[in-house]
Amino acid sequence: MFSESLAWLIIALPVAAFLLNGTVVRAFIGTDTRVAGWVTISAVAGSFILSLFALASVASKGAAVHDPHNWLTVQGFDLTFGILLDQLTSIMFVVVSGVSLVVQFYSQQYMHGDKSYTRYYSYMALFTASMLGLVSARNVVQLFVFWELVGVSSYLLIGFWMERPSAAAAAKKAFLMTRFGDFGFLLGILYLYFVNPSYLDIPTLYEAVGAGAIAAGVATWISLGLFMGAIGKSAQFPLHSWLPDAMEGPTSVSALIHSATMVTAGVFLVARFFPLFHASNMMDLVVLIGGVTAVFAASMGLVANDIKRVLAYSTISQLGYMVMALGLGAYAPALFHLFTHAFFKAGLFLGSGSVHHASGTFNMKYMGGLRKNMPWTYWTMVIGSLSLAGIFPFSGFWSKDELLASAFERGSTIGWVALILGLTAALMTAFYMFRAIFLTFHGEYKGGAEAEAEDAKKNNLPMPVGLGHTHRQESPWVMVAPLVVLASLAIVIGFLVNPLFDLGPIKKHSFATFVTERNVNVFTGGHGEEAVDDGHAETSHLPDAVEAGAAPEFSLPTAVISTVLAVGGILLAYSMYITGSVSPAAMGRRLPTVHKLLFRKYYFDELYEDRLVIRVFYARVVRFFAWFDVSWIDNVNVQLSKLTANVGRGLANVQSGQTQTYAAIMAIGVVAALLALLVWGN
Amino acid sequence: MFNGLLTVTVFLPAVAAVVIALTLKNKQAVRWSAIGVATVTLLLSIIVFVSYDRTVGGVQFVDQITGWIPVDALRAQYLLGVDGLSAPLVLLTGFLGMAAAFGSWRVEHRIKEYFFWLLMLESAVMGVFVSLDLLLFFVFFEFELIPMYMLISIWGSGRPKYSAMKFVLFTLFGGAFMLVGILALFLSQGVGTFAMVSIPEAGIVGIPDLIAGVDLIAPAALIFSFFLVAFAVKLPLWPLHNWLPDAHTDAPTAVSVMLAGVLLKMAGYGLLRINLGFFQETKGFTIHDAAGFLSVLAVISVIYGAIVTIQQTDMKRLIAYSSVSHMGFVMLGVAAVGSSADKLSQAGLNGAALQMFTHGTITGLAFLMVGLTYERTHSRHIPHLGGLARKMPLIAIFFIIAGFGSLGLPSLSGFVAEITIFLGTFPVWPWATGIAAFGVVLAAGYTLWMVQRTFFGPGPQAGGMSEESYEKLTDANWVDMIAVMALTIPIFVVGIWPSVITDTFKLGIEAAIR
Repeated sequence: MFSESLAWLIIALPVAAFLLNGTVVRAFIGTDTRVAGWVTISAVAGSFILSLFALASVASKGAAVHDPHNWLTVQGFDLTFGILLDQLTSIMFVVVSGVSLVVQFYSQQYMHGDKSYTRYYSYMALFTASMLGLVSARNVVQLFVFWELVGVSSYLLIGFWMERPSAAAAAKKAFLMTRFGDFGFLLGILYLYFVNPSYLDIPTLYEAVGAGAIAAGVATWISLGLFMGAIGKSAQFPLHSWLPDAMEGPTSVSALIHSATMVTAGVFLVARFFPLFHASNMMDLVVLIGGVTAVFAASMGLVANDIKRVLAYSTISQLGYMVMALGLGAYAPALFHLFTHAFFKAGLFLGSGSVHHASGTFNMKYMGGLRKNMPWTYWTMVIGSLSLAGIFPFSGFWSKDELLASAFERGSTIGWVALILGLTAALMTAFYMFRAIFLTFHGEYKGGAEAEAEDAKKNNLPMPVGLGHTHRQESPWVMVAPLVVLASLAIVIGFLVNPLFDLGPIKKHSFATFVTERNVNVFTGGHGEEAVDDGHAETSHLPDAVEAGAAPEFSLPTAVISTVLAVGGILLAYSMYITGSVSPAAMGRRLPTVHKLLFRKYYFDELYEDRLVIRVFYARVVRFFAWFDVSWIDNVNVQLSKLTANVGRGLANVQSGQTQTYAAIMAIGVVAALLALLVWGN
Repeated sequence: MFNGLLTVTVFLPAVAAVVIALTLKNKQAVRWSAIGVATVTLLLSIIVFVSYDRTVGGVQFVDQITGWIPVDALRAQYLLGVDGLSAPLVLLTGFLGMAAAFGSWRVEHRIKEYFFWLLMLESAVMGVFVSLDLLLFFVFFEFELIPMYMLISIWGSGRPKYSAMKFVLFTLFGGAFMLVGILALFLSQGVGTFAMVSIPEAGIVGIPDLIAGVDLIAPAALIFSFFLVAFAVKLPLWPLHNWLPDAHTDAPTAVSVMLAGVLLKMAGYGLLRINLGFFQETKGFTIHDAAGFLSVLAVISVIYGAIVTIQQTDMKRLIAYSSVSHMGFVMLGVAAVGSSADKLSQAGLNGAALQMFTHGTITGLAFLMVGLTYERTHSRHIPHLGGLARKMPLIAIFFIIAGFGSLGLPSLSGFVAEITIFLGTFPVWPWATGIAAFGVVLAAGYTLWMVQRTFFGPGPQAGGMSEESYEKLTDANWVDMIAVMALTIPIFVVGIWPSVITDTFKLGIEAAIR
């Protein structure tokens, strides 16, 4: 049995690495020592191995709900924390620690020579620990704690190169926009507590929802708050615009945090509270936000020139897919897509880092022809792209197909809307990914970082940040090995974990069956002993909603249509960027408004930063309050004190020095006092 | 009864101040003996906090001398003691006092007087938290003005005389109301004592028990509001907050640390001890009648304070305004008494008490870090700074910790206090709490904006400090780090293990609730 202390150890190992790197290693070994990397890698490797055991334990013996511990107790008020190791958590454990391990390994080379190498590995350990804590929280407040810690690790890592103003600004933007969403999350928690303080405990909440104790209206308000948090964290429309800017961080950070793990926290949150969402009236809203985001973000990816930004838009779009699926009630397909996406998207990001290593730039306009120089990077990225585009038999095909099939199965208006949005996004995805592949790896080499720097100088543009040196060759094996691992997973993992038919020991739809299982072990452990309520406990852990969200049957029509669209997208990219039979420039000229709209990201940065924050909030609201504070509140004080001084000066005349006057005033006073005594005294 | 521990804790700094002033000549000797005294005081306060018996609760370590003022009619006692409410604040004062002393080791100007007043200040604040006699409480509450006036006006910068006078006038204004309130209580039929709590072991019956349900000499609402005005000025609560930014901006670093760290807490303490402790069963008016009003003022303080903070360009002024916002949370927690006794939320009140403690350490740390920055850059004007993290990584790290503490990052103590206030007060005042919670978004805005502009970036912003002086910047040294750690450790400890403080506070709150 996987004990509670082992579960805590999964979180504690990276915490220890963070503390060790942040204090001892930094102070006594160095700020750029390889030791820091080894510390974090061994800690994360430990977490990963334990996570595999945790998964195996949950798979064989069911979910484990460990007793809560008291954190803060006041009369009539308890905040507790504990481990909830269910199917969802065990999957997330493996994804987070697995991707983290691969990325940490890769970073040894990618971050090699950075003067803050130790700091990098401390932050990465902090992030990994927080993310593992987030997915295993038993209490909503506990979840929120780790949610915020994940946010701050993201802030620190986006702004890792803090001497770059753009990185510092991007870090702040990311934190603020997600915090705006967190405000909704917080209100959701407050309302949940208001409804019943014990609902902060997630298993208790599940029971209450299962018993129908929460009215739909109430569930809607709470879900709405939680969903706001999810929108911020998973960069869904309309709080999406921080994620492309977050690419200012090191590419390895983008691979881990801004594609595979942290940004999926929003999806995780909806999945964690899926029963509550399901009981609410806002599932259709979830579908719409997710679906619109999927298309909206993909459309911006069509024209971006920065390869990391293309991947960022793609991430937002894929997260939209997952959110949409959850809204449709397709619980298992959403998680399946989260699972497959984590591996191939992390692989693509690491690939873009490898490309940067060779060309010194992220701008695809200055790449080209790298296929010959870096075959490993090329092929792994092609595999990742095929998977992302949803081409048979890569892993993305299976998960994306399930999403679309569940929309198809759902029928009715919302199902059709979802299906159309999903298919449109699929077309766009295939196009922009292969546009990126062709621009990067095919055609002529266009000079890399040096050419970009020259162009900038020639046109009097500000020098692009983050330019490196060009050495057109394959990256070292420390970087290539992770690419190969992730690409291999991108090929097989989709079919292997969730096959369409019994595959030897792997049962049909085993992933979907697993995540929708309801068997639970409830630990009523006192004194460290765990009294295991073995087997299938009577406590139904997840209400029916989850079970109903199992995998849909394979649907040939959607599979065919989505494949045709994906292949069409690839062919379009081919004809535009390889054969040149369709000219992208001409297309841009023909549709100037559309091109500009996409290129300027629908003007959302201008709307938020320039209009709302600077011109409305800052120039009007803040200025007004500050003016009011000085001209009214403070001024009243000053005037009052002046008045007092004048009165005092006037009264000073009374102090004339004439004894008669004093005696007279005294006499009046005595008489007044006596009168007062007569009237009130008794 | 005379235990003696508290008397020593309170008067050690003051007595030592006199001895140091009279005997020592050498600057270095003055400096280190003052620092030593502050350290011993911290140890004493730790002893008080740790040895306070939580299984027994109530008032402990009582020092009582009747006939302190030998006028029979006055019946003022010398009465010291701590309970769950004051024990953590004594501890806080110890930490802040030590941090302030270490943070002052670079002071050169009139150093003997400086440390004399600084130690006097610590005695005065300590006295406020342990006095259980209203008159004695008042004496300490007012006495603190003298060292503060001296410290700001002599060692301050900017417009020190103006700011010091403003500070004194505001506090005296509130203090005058409080004195009338104290006398009104004392003169009421059947009271005739200044004891703030009942201590059965010492045979003391306190005012709260004496005034429950009886007619007072003046309407209870009036007496309540007299105390409220005094504490609202000190907290400070909107719209009585304007002395704070001036006092903070012009005060020397260590004084800002003390001001934000413990002086404001005297107000929060007063609210809980007197406005809450006295006025729950008074006839005709109770604190429940004022709770709605208080919640509104609290929300205005939180949001107004945060918005005005955004406009500030002086680092100290920025943190000062953020204090207005954060102390508004204390008031919000106090408002959790609700409009009637059955609505009362102990969580909210405990959150208010905890917020005092956490704000003391976090904002104290913030002022300390600004002070360390200013000593090196000679500027606090945000548009003149930039890129400081590269030259002063340690200062940057701890500044960012203070910043994250202030924006309520979990694992730091500020979060625990805020979430407790929010969860506790939301069922009582849902709208007020919901709106006030937006303060944490604004807090993230102004904090990160300041961090970005001062510490990040390639170097000083255009028109700021010269390249030359930028290159010469040095990081904090080990003496600085002692002060920094004295505040950072409590921030993390309470953030991760809040029960260490709340288990004590809750005894005090339970006792205050009748």
